[in-house]
Amino acid sequence: MSSGGRGLLADAWRRLRRNRAAIAALATLGALVVASLVGPVLSQYSIDQVDWSLATLASPPSLGNGHWFGTDSNGRDLFVRVWAGTQVSLLVALLATAVSLVIGVAWGATAGYLGGRVDDWMMRFVDVLYALPYMFFVIILTVVFGRSLFLIFLAIGAVGWLTMARIVRGQALSLRHQPFVDAAITLGLPTHRIIARHIVPNVVGTVIVYATLTVPQVILFESFLSFLGLGVQEPLTSLGRLVAEGAIEMESAPWQLLVPSAVLATILLCLNFLGDGLRDALDPRQR
Amino acid sequence: MNTQPLLDIRDLGVEFDTADGTVQAVTGVSLKVMAGECVAIVGESGSGKSQLFLACLGLLAANGRAVGSARLVGEELVGRTERELCALRGTRVAMVFQDPMSTLTPHLRIGRQLTELLTDRGLLGAAEARQRAVAALHSVGIPDPESRLDQYPHELSGGQRQRVAIAMALIAGPELLIADEPTTALDVTVQAQVLGVLHAAREKGLAIVMITHDLGVVAGIADRVAVMYAGRIVETADAAELFEAPAHPYTAALLASVPRLSGSQPERLVNIEGQPPRPYEKVPGCPFAPRCPSARDLCRATEPALHDGGNRSVACHAPLPQGWVR
Amino acid sequence: MIAPLLEVRGLGVQYGLGGGWLGPGTRRLQALQDVDLVVPEGRSVGIVGESGCGKSTLARAILGLAKPSAGDIRWRGWTVDSADRARMRDMRRGLQVVFQDPFGSLDPRMTAGDSVREALDALEDTGVEAECRRRVEAALVEVGLDAGFASRYPHELSGGQCQRVAIARATVVRPRLLICDEAVSALDVSVQAQIVNLLHDLSRRHGMALLFISHNLAVVRHLCEDVVVLYLGRVVERATRDALFTSPRHPYTRALLAAVPEPDPRLASRVVAATVTEEVTRTPPGAGGCAFAPRCAHAIDRCHGERPPLEVAGAEHLVACHRWRESASA
Repeated sequence: MSSGGRGLLADAWRRLRRNRAAIAALATLGALVVASLVGPVLSQYSIDQVDWSLATLASPPSLGNGHWFGTDSNGRDLFVRVWAGTQVSLLVALLATAVSLVIGVAWGATAGYLGGRVDDWMMRFVDVLYALPYMFFVIILTVVFGRSLFLIFLAIGAVGWLTMARIVRGQALSLRHQPFVDAAITLGLPTHRIIARHIVPNVVGTVIVYATLTVPQVILFESFLSFLGLGVQEPLTSLGRLVAEGAIEMESAPWQLLVPSAVLATILLCLNFLGDGLRDALDPRQR
Repeated sequence: MNTQPLLDIRDLGVEFDTADGTVQAVTGVSLKVMAGECVAIVGESGSGKSQLFLACLGLLAANGRAVGSARLVGEELVGRTERELCALRGTRVAMVFQDPMSTLTPHLRIGRQLTELLTDRGLLGAAEARQRAVAALHSVGIPDPESRLDQYPHELSGGQRQRVAIAMALIAGPELLIADEPTTALDVTVQAQVLGVLHAAREKGLAIVMITHDLGVVAGIADRVAVMYAGRIVETADAAELFEAPAHPYTAALLASVPRLSGSQPERLVNIEGQPPRPYEKVPGCPFAPRCPSARDLCRATEPALHDGGNRSVACHAPLPQGWVR
Repeated sequence: MIAPLLEVRGLGVQYGLGGGWLGPGTRRLQALQDVDLVVPEGRSVGIVGESGCGKSTLARAILGLAKPSAGDIRWRGWTVDSADRARMRDMRRGLQVVFQDPFGSLDPRMTAGDSVREALDALEDTGVEAECRRRVEAALVEVGLDAGFASRYPHELSGGQCQRVAIARATVVRPRLLICDEAVSALDVSVQAQIVNLLHDLSRRHGMALLFISHNLAVVRHLCEDVVVLYLGRVVERATRDALFTSPRHPYTRALLAAVPEPDPRLASRVVAATVTEEVTRTPPGAGGCAFAPRCAHAIDRCHGERPPLEVAGAEHLVACHRWRESASA
């Protein structure tokens, strides 16, 4: 049991490996990422190329004409568009999560560690922001700054940090009372060093878990924005946009809805399994 | 004179299924507790002392399993269904744990918790049960018992809660009380009061199994002592004999390593090197051999069996001579 | 005259209770009041008491983890002032601590070596890398661990081993005074003796003073030359070890000693200590009278109305009790 120097993360990885659902989810996610990168290259079509040779512009999937997922109402190949859309969705999700992670962890760790009035004010600020109508805020941003990809993930990330901050603050609050933090204080370490060296590394477990569970939320939110017409701009597409477009043609061309929905649902499911598995693996129940 | 033991444990083992395989917490323990006597079980972490009795009462965790036999007044406990064990718990045998705050349900009043057992099992009517509860609180030395019945656990102090826990355990008149480190979490002066309550209960004929690591507590209350190490019993003896002339090196070392309030002051305490083995560590031969000052090759190769000499038994290849005095 | 290592005068610490709108409420708990303490160079002093006596609060106040509401603390003659960075660092180098919870004392994300190294880096000016590593290993070896333990994480160690690492971290900078806050209470009995011996050896070898806080009177008797007894935040008795254990003067000290069960059936009294009734109830702040009076078997009217001051009862023996002279003959 005690082989020299095995860190908690390495230990967690070992435990995660035993969780079959989580590993299957990880593998599936990996496959989807690879597919999203390789897919567009495999196909002969490009993302905005209209295929005039089709009988009807919106044609079902067939192996014969190379439209493996069919085409959308404008005759564009769905296979390429789905994988390109997956790329965008994942990118937005990862970047937005990263932004909320950085801000949330810094905010929450500081508030939780300092406690007292500082903590009260910092978390009141979070509470107030929470109460603001989220959509309203995003809509105003998009109207003022136009619809750029950069702005999308900034807007999402800027709101996503709130819950992360709350969670990290809770963890920091309980860590602060641990003797090893007292020991660091008696060594004379300055506050920022203690937060960076002792608090943040010990909330990493919770942060990772929450981040994997945030990514699905972000993808859904981006999809929602796209559904409203506020998301990414043509010719770029995202899974959300594809679902929105596909929903319109649901009765006449069901594949336009089914394929991107299936990919979206798979990603969300895998992330949830992975998040659960990570939470179990990172739980320090060793003793 | 009834010579049938109240609790007769024979070759009991406790196993746990874990991700790393089957872990043996207790191995081949045999022990008898006669009516009205107090047996102390002494051990440190990993000794299995708590698991042994949790197994008897069917309170093991879901991945735990008891093998062997444990009889309470002739009735087998191992392998019984939850329903059958429920009937015995509280009425014939009861248990008190270390942390009184976890034993008492925080959102129920004391009176309700005390009378619960009596009324749910249909043993007494509500009014009689309440009277019994008042009497029980009185017998454990809680002042003003009538008004206490309506209080919540958090309104009482730690020592009072533990005394209430004992009252709860004894209210249906069991013959045997298993006390698992009942005073470890309490202040010394409060501990003395709680031990006094247990003494008083003993005067009335209660048999007690006192699980503890505190040799002082053992000296004050026990008739007989069983010392456990790494899931096995390594020595049993009458209390007086154990303290005066321990036979097992572990017992002797333990007695020598505890600082005293009276008597001469050695410069350094006698050390036992190393630490108790964890349950998943399998040590060949005698489990104490790595730490034993008189360990020989035989000790490291073969595990010693428990030599039963009636009142006195010891599991050691080279037990200390009986006339050895500290 | 050389100033003593640590001197505490009239120390008081309050805790705020309850929450206000945006900050601590106005109800206050007096955790410590009027506490005097002196620790000379190389001396081991024990602080004993039960829950609520304030012994941990005392340690925290001395270390700067709790803010005193009254009194002052002097380190080698200098009144502790947290604004003076340089001198604070000096003091921290000389004053270190070991806590009760061995696993909680170490950052679970850092190896044993990292934890010890952190102390070295924080309190001493950085030297040669190789020298630092050597000192970390030497510190681990000195507390009885293999040098190889430097790469182990706390969850791979036992309680006793973790506590040794904590001691190594505290002593790597060679402090003049080590505060041990219930340092052995959470350990197995057979391991306690090892750590007690270790502390004893370290203090003898380096002339290091100990401030040993514990509820275990037997260990205090073994390790400490002077003993201070606290009750509900006040000093009730202070004496050298021999004086306190052979002729305790305060009723609370006597009750405490009588209540400790000795591991010897011949000595063990099977009668409950009748000198203490019920349990610790906190008298409201501001109420006059001896704090122990509600529980004391010898209390008279004067005890309930007038707080007893600390009086001299012998050579280096102080007692806060109106009736100590009467119990002297007992």
